[in-house]
Parts: sequence; structure tokens; C-alpha cells
Amino acid sequence: MSKDSQGPLWEVFVQKKAGQPFVHCGSLHAYDKEMALENARDLYTRRSEGSALWVVPAAAIVASSPEDIGPFFEPANDKVYRHPTFYQIPEGVKYI
Amino acid sequence: MSNAVDVEKNFNSKLEKNDFVEPKDWMPENYRKHLIRQISQHAHSEIIGMLPEGNWISRAPSLRSKMVLLAKVQDEGGHGLYLYTAAETLGISRDELLGALHTGKAKYSSIFNYPTLTWADIGAVGWLVDGAAIMNQVMLQRTSYGPYSRAMIRICKEESFHQRQGYEIMCRLSFGTEAQKEMAQDALNRWWFPTMMMFGPPDKDSPNSEQAIKWRIKRETNDELRQKFVDRTVEQAEFLGLTIPDKNLKWNETKKGYDFSEPNWEEFYNVIKGNGPCNKERLEARNKAHSDGAWVREAAMAYAEKKKENILAA
Repeated sequence: MSKDSQGPLWEVFVQKKAGQPFVHCGSLHAYDKEMALENARDLYTRRSEGSALWVVPAAAIVASSPEDIGPFFEPANDKVYRHPTFYQIPEGVKYI
Repeated sequence: MSNAVDVEKNFNSKLEKNDFVEPKDWMPENYRKHLIRQISQHAHSEIIGMLPEGNWISRAPSLRSKMVLLAKVQDEGGHGLYLYTAAETLGISRDELLGALHTGKAKYSSIFNYPTLTWADIGAVGWLVDGAAIMNQVMLQRTSYGPYSRAMIRICKEESFHQRQGYEIMCRLSFGTEAQKEMAQDALNRWWFPTMMMFGPPDKDSPNSEQAIKWRIKRETNDELRQKFVDRTVEQAEFLGLTIPDKNLKWNETKKGYDFSEPNWEEFYNVIKGNGPCNKERLEARNKAHSDGAWVREAAMAYAEKKKENILAA
């Protein structure tokens, strides 16, 4: 008997309408990319939640890990000058 | 951050701050186990829940009600799939989850071991069973585990159609002929107490509950949810002109809620043990669907493999 399986895992991203970002909405199992796309349509857009879909093999996703979160994102922590509030603008100056 | 005390402190502080725990975060082994059990039971309930309703698809009284019921049953399947993938983020495979269901090792909600004898039962299931499920699911939108919470948010958005379609059926029958009204009352009589059991045993007899609340997996206790359900449902039954089959049901001004009878907990444990009217039938139907589909999975896998080979050869 061959090995029974539900197929690999895919991550699904939906774009609500043109101009908006693709947002992760969940995952599903499918055997190939066509089936993944059709399953994503049936599973995640039954009520017109999307006008475009991406499906990505879950195994292809590279993710940061929570243990390294501190050092990994650290470079951004001491650069307050990247935020507009860092700068002082004399009172009375408008539109800036 | 890698020592054991720190990761546990970090986990607890997340719970205190009402933050979410995500799949790759450290979590206590028992938290993981509790979630796998709860989420997979929830998923199995959605899938088994398709069976009692599926029973009426071919006999729905109109094309409209048939389309609606098909859409509802399809939603239940979808809910099962959202929940299975949420459980899988905890490190268990879909095949293991399904295996546990098919061998009877895993449980599902005992309510689905009752039969749907008449069309009014489809109304009562939507109104009462989905109504009770919503009560639980609304709370679970704020559960501490991120993927479970996200699945619940999706499910809640879809679930209110289910309850409304059920209530609509109850309205039609309750305001119809005498025979139809009788049919509606009969369905309420049979579904009321099994629905009350859906919230689980009383708090004093529910050892898992306390821990689940500490972990913020659950946010309200079984008894709190049951009370809320009764308080909301009584008026809906009155509107229909139907009588809830509980002689002790009475408004209690001091607690601003209804007093009511406990369901028969002996029956509840007996159904969980496998002795409900439909346990055997449900499990057989699920196993049959799974084994009948084996060739489809095999063919789809072979087709995917073959296409991969063709790409490599080209």
C-alpha cells in the first residue's frame, strides 16, 4: 500500500482589491500549485474576500526566530533620528 | 534569553499583558498539549458536524433551503480546515490528527451524536447548536494562541449566517400550520438539553477549565457561557411561541439571569464514552469517506510527482 498523505502545506495570501497589500490569511494542504490555488479560492474567498491570491509552499518560507528577536532587530532601536519627531522645528513654521 | 527561567518568565508576561503566543515562541509542554487537544477536538467537531446536516441536503423542502444548507455544510468543512492548520502549527501533522479521529482516540462535540430526525431539526441545530457554538467561539477570538485566535475570528464572521438561517427555519415552522409548529416544538424538546451540555460539565467538575483560564486559552468558564446562552435564547423561543422544555426555567431578579435545570450529566458522559444514538454511525461515515477518498489522494500525489519529473526533464 502506498503512503497516504494530505500533501504538502501551503501558505495563502489574499489581496482584497487592487491597490491593497497581500495579507496572510491561513494555510492549507494541496498536492500541486494549481490545486493549492483552487483550494485557496474555495477555502479563503467564499464570500468575495479577495480579488487576487498568492499560494506559497510553506517549506519555502524563511522566518526569523523569536529567540533572536532582540539582537536581530536591535539595529533599529538606537536610531531615533529616523523618526520625524526627532527634529525640532521653530514655532510658527507651517506645513512641515 | 536562552535559559529556562527567562523563557518561562517571558511566556507568563505575555499572558499577563494579553499578548499572543505564536508558534515559534517557547511555551510549556502542557500548554502545547492542551491546545492540540482542544483545537483538534474543535476541528473534528466541525467535520463530524457536517454529517447530521448533510443528512437533509437531498431532502431540503425547497431549492433555496437546499442551496443554503449546502453553503452552510461547506462552511463547516472550511472551519474544520482552518482549525486543523492552526493545530498543525503546534507540531502535529494532519495525518496524525485525522488518524486520532478515525480510530476514535480523539473526541468531538457530543452534540453531533444525536440524530436529525425532521426538517425542524435543521432549524434547531442552526438556532441552538450554532448559537451555543458562537458563544464559545466569540470568547475564543481572544484566546492566547495566535493561530487559534485568527481561525476563530474567521469562523465567527461566517457563523452568524448559520444561526440566522436556523432561526429562519424555526420561524417558518412556528408560524406555519399546526403540524409544522408541533414539529418545531418537538425539535426544541429534543435539542435543548444536549445543547446545554455543549458548554461542558459544571465548573466544579471541570478540572481542565481552571488551567485553561490561567493560560488564557479560555476566557470564560463553562457555567458562565451556559448562563449567557440561556439568557439570550429564552426570548427567542418566546418570540416563536415555543416552550423551552424545562419546568425550572425562571427569571431570577437578583442575579439578573434565568435559573434553569442542569442537563443530565450521566447522559453526557455516556454519549462521550461512545454510547450516544449515533456515535457508531458518525465514525463509520467518516472512516468510509476517508477510505473512499484514498485513491483520489493517491492519484493527485502521483500526478504532482509526474509533473515535477516533466519539469526536470525539460
